[in-house]
Amino acid sequence: MEAVIHAIAGGALIGIAAAGLLLINGRVAGISGIFAGALRPAATPWNLAFIGGLVAAGILARLAGFAAIPDTHLEPPLILAAAGLLVGIGTRIGNGCTSGHGVCGLSNLSPRSLVATLVFMAVAGLTVFIARHVV
Amino acid sequence: MKTITAALSGLLFGIGLIIAGMTDPVRIKAFLDVAGEWNPALALVMASAIAVAAPAFALARRRPRALLGDAIQLPDRRRIDGRLILGAAVFGLGWGLGGLCPGPSLVLLSNGGLSPFIFVVAMAAGMGIVELTKRSSA
Repeated sequence: MEAVIHAIAGGALIGIAAAGLLLINGRVAGISGIFAGALRPAATPWNLAFIGGLVAAGILARLAGFAAIPDTHLEPPLILAAAGLLVGIGTRIGNGCTSGHGVCGLSNLSPRSLVATLVFMAVAGLTVFIARHVV
Repeated sequence: MKTITAALSGLLFGIGLIIAGMTDPVRIKAFLDVAGEWNPALALVMASAIAVAAPAFALARRRPRALLGDAIQLPDRRRIDGRLILGAAVFGLGWGLGGLCPGPSLVLLSNGGLSPFIFVVAMAAGMGIVELTKRSSA
């Protein structure tokens, strides 16, 4: 039950963050796109600020006593490097990730984002299935 | 002002991810592993976020300008092509492999240890590769 409340409360905060950025700044809270924008030489301050806010959330949580995610929950370095590379390439080609297509695109009733979300969820599910139950 | 509100949005987004438990790759994989002990938390988080954000998007579609004066930039909703499918599939492969997507990986930078940095640097490199190929083909 506690996990359900946390999921709903955390989700609501994510929704408020996305709604706020849209109605106040006029921008979609797609994290892969914002991060890619922050990497460009001509990065706009708001891109950097949003990414800074995300990073700061992790720091604040640690200061507030939230436990770190155990290292054993993370894949070994080589797998993480490959995963990161694929996430970077895929989100730029497909123009979005879980936040941009999944949260914002579906909130915007976008058929394009619905297709993207179904595809990345299906492929991710298949990847976990093969890694866990086949290999 | 736009910088401050963007920072607050990022902060709130990150806190939401942490409270929802979405920065833990084990939970993400438990959601993706439909054949295992399925954990539906991620679906619940998304449904809750969408329930809150959808009215804002409905409003945004009818308003040309945001509160701070900029034009509201909404992405294309219709174009479904090979690039979209290919990109989403490659992203899904990486997401399933590592249990991390861009938001949680950035929140995890302060988790301690090198692992989140390896993921984020590789992600930045992947994005850079696509940008370079786009530029050379343009």
